[in-house]
Amino acid sequence: MQLIKSIWRTLTRPAVHYSLGFLTIGGFVAGIIFWGGFNTALEMTNTEEFCVSCHEMRNNVFEELKPTIHYSNRSGVRASCPDCHVPHNWTDKIARKMQASKEVWGKIFGTINTPEKFEAKRRELAEHEWSRLKANDSLECRNCHEFDSMDFTLQAGRAAKQHSTALASGEKTCIDCHKGIAHQLPDMTGVEGWH
Amino acid sequence: MKNLLLLSLIAFLSAPVVAEEFGDLGGSLRSHDLESQSATAELKNYPKEHDGLQLDYVQQPPLIPHSIRGYQVNKNSNKCLSCHSFKNYKKYGATKISITHFKNRDGVELTDVSPRRYFCQQCHVPQVEAPPLVENTFEPAGAVSE
Repeated sequence: MQLIKSIWRTLTRPAVHYSLGFLTIGGFVAGIIFWGGFNTALEMTNTEEFCVSCHEMRNNVFEELKPTIHYSNRSGVRASCPDCHVPHNWTDKIARKMQASKEVWGKIFGTINTPEKFEAKRRELAEHEWSRLKANDSLECRNCHEFDSMDFTLQAGRAAKQHSTALASGEKTCIDCHKGIAHQLPDMTGVEGWH
Repeated sequence: MKNLLLLSLIAFLSAPVVAEEFGDLGGSLRSHDLESQSATAELKNYPKEHDGLQLDYVQQPPLIPHSIRGYQVNKNSNKCLSCHSFKNYKKYGATKISITHFKNRDGVELTDVSPRRYFCQQCHVPQVEAPPLVENTFEPAGAVSE
């Protein structure tokens, strides 16, 4: 209590030893360093390399991603983990990163540290991602796949039909049909649109 | 036993005839000599969509006329049935799964796709644009090809 009081007293009184210039410029410079450092650290956690540094990701979901169109394709454009799983917009990104602290907990206590445990949780984890993408209208898909830029005449008939109707009207969003586009599916019993 | 003997006799006698029919293959079916590398076969891509692949013989499982890259068919899910099932085919304008697929191996009708017919790609496969490797006189059989 004494400590808090003395800190409060120091903070509420003007500085005695440092000039106003030093404090303003110093504070500004320190701010840049801290902010830059924070963002650098944040971006470091936002790379495929970081994601697959844990065996839970490397041996399960990353292996599943490899043969899919988002990882190997004719044009060489690749979407990696954070492109789909972390929002690009800053505030949303911070919100997601705070949620991800639960994943650190999971890592420490080994919630999915064996293939069996991962398989048992697959439906639950998939549902988190489906509901996130459903709620934000498949924002992470749309970061690259712009509806207005789609040429239906170049799409296969089946795709053009769905995109020009259900997607165009906003009745459906990408994830409604494209579940399992990048990873193996869980047991789909009871999921809408599945047998 | 008598039949078997007769059959082997026919086979034995017709062997030279068969060989003659295909001309001189240099004692082998390969088109190059043994020491040299064979040419790498050209990689073929599946077209995104085909128009009507016709049947070639009676009871042929129809070919898949579209790309199926990334379609998962396993114990967890069956992507094919999300369009081709009885429940969904009308909505997507897809061909519906044949009712014959509801019968199990004991001939008992089930209320849904029988496990033995669940793995679509055991019989139904997509088709690349591939001309026959060897010139032949095969003709699609009868009414199914029209």
